[in-house]
Amino acid sequence: MFSWLMVGPPILFLCALVGYPFLYGIWLSLEDRPVAQAGKFVGLANFIADFHDPVFWRVAINTFVYTFFATVLKMVGGLALALTMNQDFRFKNTIRALMLLPFIVPTVLSTIAWMWMLDPGFSVINWLLKYTGIANPGPSWLGNPVLAMISLIIVNVWRGLPFYAITLLAGLQTISPDLYEAATIDGAGTWARFRYVTLPLLKPVIFIVTMFSVIFTFADFQLVYVLTRGGPANATHLFATYAFDIAMSGGQLGMGASVALAMLPPLALIIIAMSVYMKPNKS
Amino acid sequence: MSVERGGWSVRALKLWIPLGAFMVFTLFPFYWMAVTSIKPNSELYNRKIMPMIVYHPTLKHYVDLLTETNFLQWTWNTLLVAVVSTAISLVFGTMLAYPLARMKFAGSALISFAVAATYLVPQPLLFIPLADIINQLQLGDTLTSVILTYPTLLVPFCAWLLMGYFRSVPQELEDAARIDGATRLQTMIKVFLPLCVPGFISAGIFAFTLSQNEFLYALIFLTQTDVRTVPVGAIAELVKGDVFYWGQLMAAALLGSVPVAVIYSFFVEHYVAGLTAGAVKQ
Repeated sequence: MFSWLMVGPPILFLCALVGYPFLYGIWLSLEDRPVAQAGKFVGLANFIADFHDPVFWRVAINTFVYTFFATVLKMVGGLALALTMNQDFRFKNTIRALMLLPFIVPTVLSTIAWMWMLDPGFSVINWLLKYTGIANPGPSWLGNPVLAMISLIIVNVWRGLPFYAITLLAGLQTISPDLYEAATIDGAGTWARFRYVTLPLLKPVIFIVTMFSVIFTFADFQLVYVLTRGGPANATHLFATYAFDIAMSGGQLGMGASVALAMLPPLALIIIAMSVYMKPNKS
Repeated sequence: MSVERGGWSVRALKLWIPLGAFMVFTLFPFYWMAVTSIKPNSELYNRKIMPMIVYHPTLKHYVDLLTETNFLQWTWNTLLVAVVSTAISLVFGTMLAYPLARMKFAGSALISFAVAATYLVPQPLLFIPLADIINQLQLGDTLTSVILTYPTLLVPFCAWLLMGYFRSVPQELEDAARIDGATRLQTMIKVFLPLCVPGFISAGIFAFTLSQNEFLYALIFLTQTDVRTVPVGAIAELVKGDVFYWGQLMAAALLGSVPVAVIYSFFVEHYVAGLTAGAVKQ
């Protein structure tokens, strides 16, 4: 009785503002629903329209490219950084605190700084390229379809890498030094110790961090909205920004909801993989 | 640490060079923010001079930001929303976490699964229906709209983190209180919760930073200047069509980051504990 009285209010709250909107979103996706007008049920017409929309497929490919490269770079870079940090040195706590700054500072605000660094006229990166003689003039970072995607991935890595590094570092610190000593006595070199001691013991942490990162990178909105708004020519639109354009700027709530829902199947696969993976560890 | 091999050159190669390179990558955007915010426009838009340093520092952009825009109002809105949503999330988080951590009851497994699943639902899946719901409730352009919706992002996380913390607190004290005749509720409030302050700090800091960071809901629900939060205000009002007020934008980015950075600097250890709690079981 006590427990239900306790969990009741928050459960009701989450049902009202997560569960209900979720179901309502599915309903909207089956409607032709201009903003501020009554909707008309159209069945799967929105999804069929998505299927025949070349921009939709472009968006799907963009999202996969963005998620894949950003995640791999964050994982490899984060692991390298965590291994580097897992040594004894002075000012370790200060450096760790500074390192997390990109992760705690509001994303939109730090992205504005990146936008200025990538500005077509006054990019400091291009100034460096020119100064060092690498390129003159430097490229238009956000004006070229490929470079714009690369820029987005770099900024995403810049922001997300500390999360990987700090979490993996915490994981590394739970590995007992005895294991490394035993491996060294058995003749294992640096690589063998990493391959047969560190990696297997770190695997659960890597897996969970990666799942989180994949979900939130896949559904990213802020970075793209601030840096490119999906441009040039839809080259950097992701599911979230495309759905936003259709629903909020275009006023087509039903179509927008169908694009947003198209994120769900790939994400659901990821979440299922995650819960299956976590289950044996539970007890 | 295991045996130290090699001299300073090995150490430089294995530690200081990679760490230094990474720190430059991490911190340069902040340096650039700060430098830009104190440059006069004549230097900002001059391609002939070296851009890394400031020749004639000025506070003009800060003064303009504070006097010509609603930046102070945005800051107040952001803080108010963050504090209230964090408080709601901690209360709801505790109400979920305590029974799940301490009692076995029918449906508890289902609830903890649902809470974890809710945590993983990304915002872009919900913003279109929520925008319509907020409209129908006539909550558009009120801070209530974001105060109601932010906790949906924060409660599952707080519940999860607190559940882990609650489980690590030994049960003997509560048992003793119960034997002495205290009710469940009394035991929880007077005996148990005071022991969990570090857990609340971790969850609270995390929730606070997340609310400061939120953008999508604020962008959609808040379209009037006097209810905007800092990120939305900066994007919507310091960029006019093709004209970017770079000096003011950088000043806003820097000032807007200050509240989070200050709180963070006081509680780094708690923040890191919260960050890693989900992934690493000590």
